[in-house]
Amino acid sequence: MACNCCNGEDKEKYAELEAFIESLPTTKGELIRVLHRAQGIFGYLPREVQVYVAKKLNIPVSKVYGVVSFYSYFTMKPKGKYDISVCMGTACYVRGAERVLEALTKKLGIGTGETTMDGKFSLRSLRCVGACGLAPVVMIGDKVYGRVTPESIDDILNECE
Amino acid sequence: MADTKMHVLVCGGTGCLSSNSSDIVDNLIAEIKAAGMEDEVKVLKTGCFGFCEKGPIVKILPDNTFYTQVKPEDAKEIVAEHIVKGRKVERLLYMDPEKEQHISDAKHMDFYKKQMRVALRNCGFIDPDNIEEYIGRDGYQALAKCLTEFTPEQVIEEVKKSGLRGRGGAGFPTGLKWQLARANDADQKYVVCNADEGDPGAFMDRSILEGDPHSIVEAMAICGYAIGASQGRVYIRAEYPLAIKRLENAISSAREYGLLGDNILGSDFSFDIEITFGAGAFVCGEETALLRSMEGNRGEPTTKPPFPAEHGYWNKPTNVNNVETFANVPVIFLKGADWFNKIGTEKSKGTKVFALAGKINNVGLIEVPMGTTLREVIYDIGGGIKNGKKFKAVQTGGPSGGCLTEKDLDTPIDFDNLVARGSMMGSGGMIVMDEDDCMPSVARFYLEFTEEESCGKCTPCRIGTKRLSELLKDITQGKGTEEHVKELKRISQVIKDTALCGLGQTAPNPVLSTLAAFEDEYMAHVKEGRCPAGKCTALLKFFIEADKCKGCTLCARNCPVGAISGEVRKPHAIDQEKCIKCGACMDRCKFGAIVKH
Amino acid sequence: MAKIKSLEELKKLREQAQNNVSLRVKGDNIEKMIQIRVAMATCGIAAGAREVMTEFIEEMDRQNIENAVVTQTGCMGYCYAEPTVEITIPGQEPVVYGNVDMDKVHEIIEKTIKNGELVDGIIPVTHKTIEE
Repeated sequence: MACNCCNGEDKEKYAELEAFIESLPTTKGELIRVLHRAQGIFGYLPREVQVYVAKKLNIPVSKVYGVVSFYSYFTMKPKGKYDISVCMGTACYVRGAERVLEALTKKLGIGTGETTMDGKFSLRSLRCVGACGLAPVVMIGDKVYGRVTPESIDDILNECE
Repeated sequence: MADTKMHVLVCGGTGCLSSNSSDIVDNLIAEIKAAGMEDEVKVLKTGCFGFCEKGPIVKILPDNTFYTQVKPEDAKEIVAEHIVKGRKVERLLYMDPEKEQHISDAKHMDFYKKQMRVALRNCGFIDPDNIEEYIGRDGYQALAKCLTEFTPEQVIEEVKKSGLRGRGGAGFPTGLKWQLARANDADQKYVVCNADEGDPGAFMDRSILEGDPHSIVEAMAICGYAIGASQGRVYIRAEYPLAIKRLENAISSAREYGLLGDNILGSDFSFDIEITFGAGAFVCGEETALLRSMEGNRGEPTTKPPFPAEHGYWNKPTNVNNVETFANVPVIFLKGADWFNKIGTEKSKGTKVFALAGKINNVGLIEVPMGTTLREVIYDIGGGIKNGKKFKAVQTGGPSGGCLTEKDLDTPIDFDNLVARGSMMGSGGMIVMDEDDCMPSVARFYLEFTEEESCGKCTPCRIGTKRLSELLKDITQGKGTEEHVKELKRISQVIKDTALCGLGQTAPNPVLSTLAAFEDEYMAHVKEGRCPAGKCTALLKFFIEADKCKGCTLCARNCPVGAISGEVRKPHAIDQEKCIKCGACMDRCKFGAIVKH
Repeated sequence: MAKIKSLEELKKLREQAQNNVSLRVKGDNIEKMIQIRVAMATCGIAAGAREVMTEFIEEMDRQNIENAVVTQTGCMGYCYAEPTVEITIPGQEPVVYGNVDMDKVHEIIEKTIKNGELVDGIIPVTHKTIEE
């Protein structure tokens, strides 16, 4: 049973998550797998989703929250339409990633891990995309931009229209 | 396939894909079709060639031509000239920077000359999504050999004889690890492949999984046979979508071909592999934390003993090896333990893959025999420091490692030599730094990383890394004192002695190793309020040298905070109160009149 | 795909599969191979260079010849003698044959590739290619 507090669109999402959980031969040890799927469906893991997962897997909500907050891949805030990640791996760092991140923070008016008010951009830092030959690297969604400078971010952001 | 006259290999590694190598493949196929040669020429998307700096790479065989920095629009010329007419496209060939000559055969490039590709043997050579390509390169022959010619004990003996040590960090002997897991009786045992590459700046494991996933599948099956396990798990970062896809594909075709599943090759041995996703936590590279994470928990390490070989995944005997370690295993059985044993140094056998990055001309993924010196790696293979700057240090071992300097350049690289010099092999990240890199800032970068990644279970690591990172922040912001430096040393020692797991115990390494080699640089920060590398903006001041300033006003117009004033055609000046030290004026000045110190 | 049930079946599959990668293995070791370079410019193709190249590949395949590799090159400048083929035996100076027809292909394979003997029809070298 999905919860009854949500609208139709959410209902579908909960139904999808429920179907996934039911399809698992066992839920023992599968919390992280379920959370991956839940984040895939909802885009993020708000409190309600965590409560729902806890109920379905018959474990305490505190355990779910403990896991969600432990891993950097899981997020409790919705991402923007354009999810910008700045690679802060060492190779990018020594080639000036910090300045790129700083410039993006100023330009968008948000800190890392935040989303702009209009929901258009969110900003994150991540560890090593593995495109070190192109350092410093910025990703928007799945697209990788290489050899980014604080000056070139305007061009990149302009593509997001 | 007798009609195929030519193979065109296009790099499909993450770096080259980021530079649109998929479009190159599409365009090549379209152009070849337009030329009516689709039956004669085969286009393949392979794993990483390693020479990421010059990517995207396109290699044409059999004439062994290596094209660099290819753009999708170059496909037309490659097909029209090279493939149809047999004329090499000169402008896309690698240019030897010293001889200023084009080189078309990769073997003659300095980047490849000293390399020896064992773990990366198939990367950039086969189509990783086609199991038959792997089989054509003797794939699964090692497994077949083990199942038909060796007892499990003999398999372990062979691995021990090869001298293979774990490539994930500390270098524990692989054969011994297998033996410990075999010695424990249980109804179920597990083989786990650690593909949670957490070192920011190392990407060899991902490249192997992307370029040669079957080698891992085969090696895990061999390990399963050796220790008596029928279940394998690959714990992989969810941030590696391409590697996951290729691995999933490899596992399912191995099942289809009967190379995974029940009674493999008609033997009594059954083995299968599942994938478990990590979710981004550096500490999960530590094997006990990894196992907790695989069980769906927070990835917090536990004390050893008991070792995973006794109580591992769901408390069953478990053997954990990392990707690169596994990638070496089939070769040991194909070429023999003695062959493997001859490569490398006395206590470190075989080769090691390094992700060479930072301020170096040839960024890329390289594989060299153990015992190669840092100088050979940085200058011969890496092509030296970018922009002719001066070499300052090389960081190995990631956040758990340390910095090596000029005096260590001729040290043969192996597990023990790196530890003796205050660093470690780690997974093989190798970040080169030049004179513009400030060492306290580098230490701060790493400590911010470990502070964020500390799981919080034990106090020395949770609080200690936070304190270290605070002290380093003070120092790089000009608020440090000599007391700060003393405190850094003291806390580092405490963490080293008392932290629970490998991550904690090695977390102070970046501080200790930079302090050992660059204490004067720390002192310049705290005593003179000066950053010798000119990196710490809080300690910098920008000045206009009056005799060089022509009064063109360009700097004043570009200063974002209006800190520069002066009359036209007369020397300008910077108001230090207003200056935010962004450096915009210095970048713009055409006369070199602006200096920072 | 039927499951592989034994070592013999795996070996059989490997032999088939090796054909697909052998071109690359040879190319990777090209300096140790006898190189057969067929001039494939417009005039060469018009004179039948493509058929010559195919015949080389197929005949060597039929005979399982592993020490030679066929590649193509541009116009070598011997337009009067197309199709032309340049043979390089490792460590020796390349020789160029002109007016190569199917019989010549077989003669070259039998004598030059298999036994290292030169056959008639060598064109005197008039220039060097850029790769030397």
